[in-house]
This record gives sequence, C-alpha cells and structure tokens, in this order.
Amino acid sequence: MEILLAILVGVLYTAGVYMLLRRSILKFIIGIIFLSNATNLLVFLSAGIVPGNPAFLESTGNEISTYADPLPQALVLTAVVIGLGIVVYLLAVKYRFFNETGSDDLDQLKPTEKE
Amino acid sequence: MNMLPVVLPILIPLLFMILHLGIRRARIAGILGIAGSLLLLVSAVFIVLEVYRSGILSTVAGGWDAPFGISVVIDQMSALFLLVTSIIVVAISIFALNFPGKDRYLPKFYFFFFSLILGVNGAFITGDIFNLYVWFEVMLLSSFVLITLGFSKEQLQGGIKYMAMNLIGSLFFLAGIGLLYGKTGTLNMAHLAQILMDDDQSLLINSSAMLFFLAFGIKAAVFPLFFWLPASYHTANITVTSLFAGILTKVGVYALIRFFTLFFVQDPLFWHTHLFLIAGLTMLIGGMAATSKYETRQVLSYHIISQIGYMLMGLAIFTPLGVAGGIFFALHNMLAKTNTFVVAGLINRMRGTYSLKEVGGLFKESPLLAVLFIIPAFALAGIPPLSGFFAKFILIKAGFEGGHYLITGVALFVGLLTLYSMIKIWNEAFLKKMPEERQSASTVKVRLKMIDVLPSVILGTVTILMGIFASTVFDFTLQAAESLLDPVVYIESVMNGS
Repeated sequence: MEILLAILVGVLYTAGVYMLLRRSILKFIIGIIFLSNATNLLVFLSAGIVPGNPAFLESTGNEISTYADPLPQALVLTAVVIGLGIVVYLLAVKYRFFNETGSDDLDQLKPTEKE
Repeated sequence: MNMLPVVLPILIPLLFMILHLGIRRARIAGILGIAGSLLLLVSAVFIVLEVYRSGILSTVAGGWDAPFGISVVIDQMSALFLLVTSIIVVAISIFALNFPGKDRYLPKFYFFFFSLILGVNGAFITGDIFNLYVWFEVMLLSSFVLITLGFSKEQLQGGIKYMAMNLIGSLFFLAGIGLLYGKTGTLNMAHLAQILMDDDQSLLINSSAMLFFLAFGIKAAVFPLFFWLPASYHTANITVTSLFAGILTKVGVYALIRFFTLFFVQDPLFWHTHLFLIAGLTMLIGGMAATSKYETRQVLSYHIISQIGYMLMGLAIFTPLGVAGGIFFALHNMLAKTNTFVVAGLINRMRGTYSLKEVGGLFKESPLLAVLFIIPAFALAGIPPLSGFFAKFILIKAGFEGGHYLITGVALFVGLLTLYSMIKIWNEAFLKKMPEERQSASTVKVRLKMIDVLPSVILGTVTILMGIFASTVFDFTLQAAESLLDPVVYIESVMNGS
C-alpha cells in the first residue's frame, strides 16, 4: 500500500509541475492543487500506514508499533484546510485579474519586470 | 515561567485584528492601529528585558509537556527580532495613515496588517516546526491580500508572481516537515536537536535540510530563488512595500539561522560551503542588479537581496562572532531598509513619481527629507558611526578571523556597490536640478506634514541609537549567537520546562 501511495505521490508531483509550466493561470492553480495534495499525501505517508488499528493506546499492553500514529493525520488535516484557503484566494485573484485584463495568459504579466 | 508574557506578541495582534473587524471609519481604524502597535512595542521591550535578566523563556501550549505540546520559546535572538519588528510596526502604522483610497481600504489594511504581524511574531516565538509552518501560512495569506490591496492591474500582476513562488516555497516546507518527521518522529525543535545531535546519517537528514533550505531560501530571496521579489515588491502600495521590505524576508533569514544552528549541523562541510557560495552570489548579483536600475523602489528591492547575502555570510562563518554579526546585520537592515522605502514614498508624494530620472532638486526644497534619507542610506552603505558600519565591521572581522578571505573580499566589494546605488539615489533625487519638462508641469508644491515624516524620524533615530549604543546591542547579539551555537541551554529549558 505504501509503495502504491508513493507512486501516486510521484505522479501527482509530475502532473503538478507540468501544470505549473503552462501559460494559463487557471492551469497554474490546478498545478498548485496537485502539488499540495501530493505533499499532503507525503506527510501522511511519513509515519507509515497501519491498517485496521486505532490511533490511541489502550492500557491492555499491546505493542506500540501496532497502533496508527495520529500526528501525521492531524498535520494533514491542518494542511488540507490551509491549502483549501489558499486555492480559494487564488481563484478570487484570478477572477479579479480576468476582470481587469480580460486574459488568462501568464505571458501578459511581463510588464512588471520592465525598468 | 508564567505563560502570559511569552504569548503576548501573538495575543496583541490577534486582539487588534478582532477589534478592526467591526470598524468602518478610517480615522478610528488609524488611531486603534497605532494604539495596538504601541502596545506591541511595550510588550516587546518588556520581553527583551525579561530575556536579558533571566535567559530563555519557554512554555508549552495546551498543558502537554514538551515535546508533545507545542512549545513557545523566546531566546535572545527571538527577543531581538521581536523588538525590531515592533519598532517597524509602530512606524508603519503611522505611515499607513496616508494610504491611498484610505476611507475604503484603511480598516482592511489594519486588519491584514495585524494578521501579518501575528504570523511574523508567531514564527519568531514558536518552538515547533509544524507550528512554524502554520505561522508562515498566516503571514503568507495576509501578505497576499496586502500586496494586492487596491486591485490595480499592476498590483494583481505583481501579486500573482509573488504568490506563485511563495506557494511553491511553502509546499517545499511541508514536504520537508513530512520527511523529517518520518525520520525522527518529532516536531519539537529542541527535541529534534537532541535527537539529531548524535546522528551520523547526515546523508538522510540532508534531504530534508535541503527542502527546508529551499523553502526559507525562497522566503529570504537568496540567489537562485529571488526572482519573485524584484518582480512584485515595487507594484504594491508603498506602505505595504516598506512593511514587507523590513520584515518578511528577514523571517526567512531568522528561520534559516534557527534551523541551521539548532539541528541541521551534522554535515558542516557541505552546508557551510554551500552557504558561502549562496551568500556570495546573493550579495554580488543583488548589488550589481541594483546599480542598473533607475526606479527608486527597484533599486531598493535589489538591495534587499544583496543585503540578505551578508546575513547568510554570518551564518556560514559559523563562529559566535560571525553569527552575532549576521543577527546584528539583520536587525540594522530591517530598520534601515524600511526607512529607505518610507523616504521613497515621501519622495513620491512630493514629486508623484518613483523614476529617478524625473525627480530632482529635493535638497533645496526639503532639507529635512534629505537628512531623513541620508541616515538610512549611509547606514546601509556602512558609514560610521551609524549601525551599518558596526554590522559590516563585525562580519568582516569574523570573516578574516575565520580565514574566509574570498567571501570577505566579496562583502567589501559589494559594500562599494551599495554606496554607489545610494549615491545614485542621492544625486538624482536630491542634488541634481529638477528636469525642465517636469518643472513646468508641477506647479503645485506638496508640503510634508509632521505626521508624514514621523515614521522616518522614528526609524532614523533608532538607527542612530543603534550606532551609538553598538557595543550594548553587540553584547546582546553575541549572547544570542553563543546560545545558538551551543544549544544545550535552549534544549534544557524547553524539554525540562523552567
């Protein structure tokens, strides 16, 4: 399962980077979504996957390694919420930008580099 | 240690954020904003005195002992950064009173201003890497809003570039946290330091260290990662730019110093060579790019980059003197850089342009403004007895003592470039006569009021004081550097409580 998810992380990173390199702003935002989901999965994987067991210790004296580690899950939960907020804000800025310029093209951004 | 004073730097901005939610009138928002900033300054002074007297302050949130609860730690370096940040906050909260379209934007500005400060102060006092990530995001989201506040086409363009690079930076940060947690099983900085102290798998740790370096490098705008900064800083409102120039990149530097002194110390050969290389190139490229520009804000933006190189140089030398020099330089630079941007804003108010070719004759018209410019400009160039001289002197002394002649040579050369760009602004804006076509166009003379120049006066005074009392400040930064390079006390006070 870990290997499968690791491959998925790789695929998501690849797709994300590819989307970042497109010229459209919307595709750029989709790229960010891919990358942030890939990173979330990476964090989730960092503690390993323990299927079918609770996250908290009971007093019955079982091996610690049989329990799932709750911390990465909590981290991912936080990161997902932050990612959602950022994507919403990016979409709002993109909408505003489209209203101002009538364009979705990142090449239109060149003027700020000028002297 | 009582919990309250330690978390004051984040409680006060949070309180004033909430207060600003319900305010629609620009005037009340302004008064409340200044009051909040002053309160923050008082608390920062209190914290610095407390740290000076009794050493590192630490507490844990939620009643869980470290390393399980989120640690809040204020050591000497955090305290100094908190103090300087709050001085800048006071100056900017006054400077913001002239925000364009202020009836509409001022209450919003102060709301996001305080949420930015919340993120910055949170990043300075936290002792937990995931918590640091959350504070970075708080800071980042507020800065996104601030940089586009006004919604002009140019601001949106600059804003998108700023967001693109910084979002990728925070994804690197999160990936680094994930990998580091997978290897060590902890997020607490002191606990990490304890675990990594006698770790010999430097190769495995280096992969996360590099992810963190990329993340903070993007924030700090170091050499190959700085392109977002000159592309976006000059598009935002000058109030916002002054704030960002002073504070944001230095949070990246702070995080770099913290991480690479506390726990990424297993592979000094690789990291110090790497940091020297990056520091030298950052100084040189930033300094050279600044000389080629003729727009005040762009000259100053490239300058931010060049000065980040000096701070990294201090970190790379990695002796108490070097790190102390790096911290001293960062503190001096935060104040002086904000001040130069504030003065650029004042020039713009008098002349209506940022282009150096179109302004001139300001020395005759407003000698006060000339003095206000010359203080931070000379400080940045490193003229004694201002703060920048001592900052560079410490770094260069540390460089020679450590035998790093090449980087020291580069630092001295870039000092010349800095002086050149400052003289360029001085000549073009103040000394030369006003261009004739502009002379006829601008008949209306704008006079600066006391309240307009007050932020610059405050920052300039602090710069001068930092030069006069350089030995006191240096003692404190040396203390900070010593405790950074020998983190036993830090680990002790976090892990065992105090």
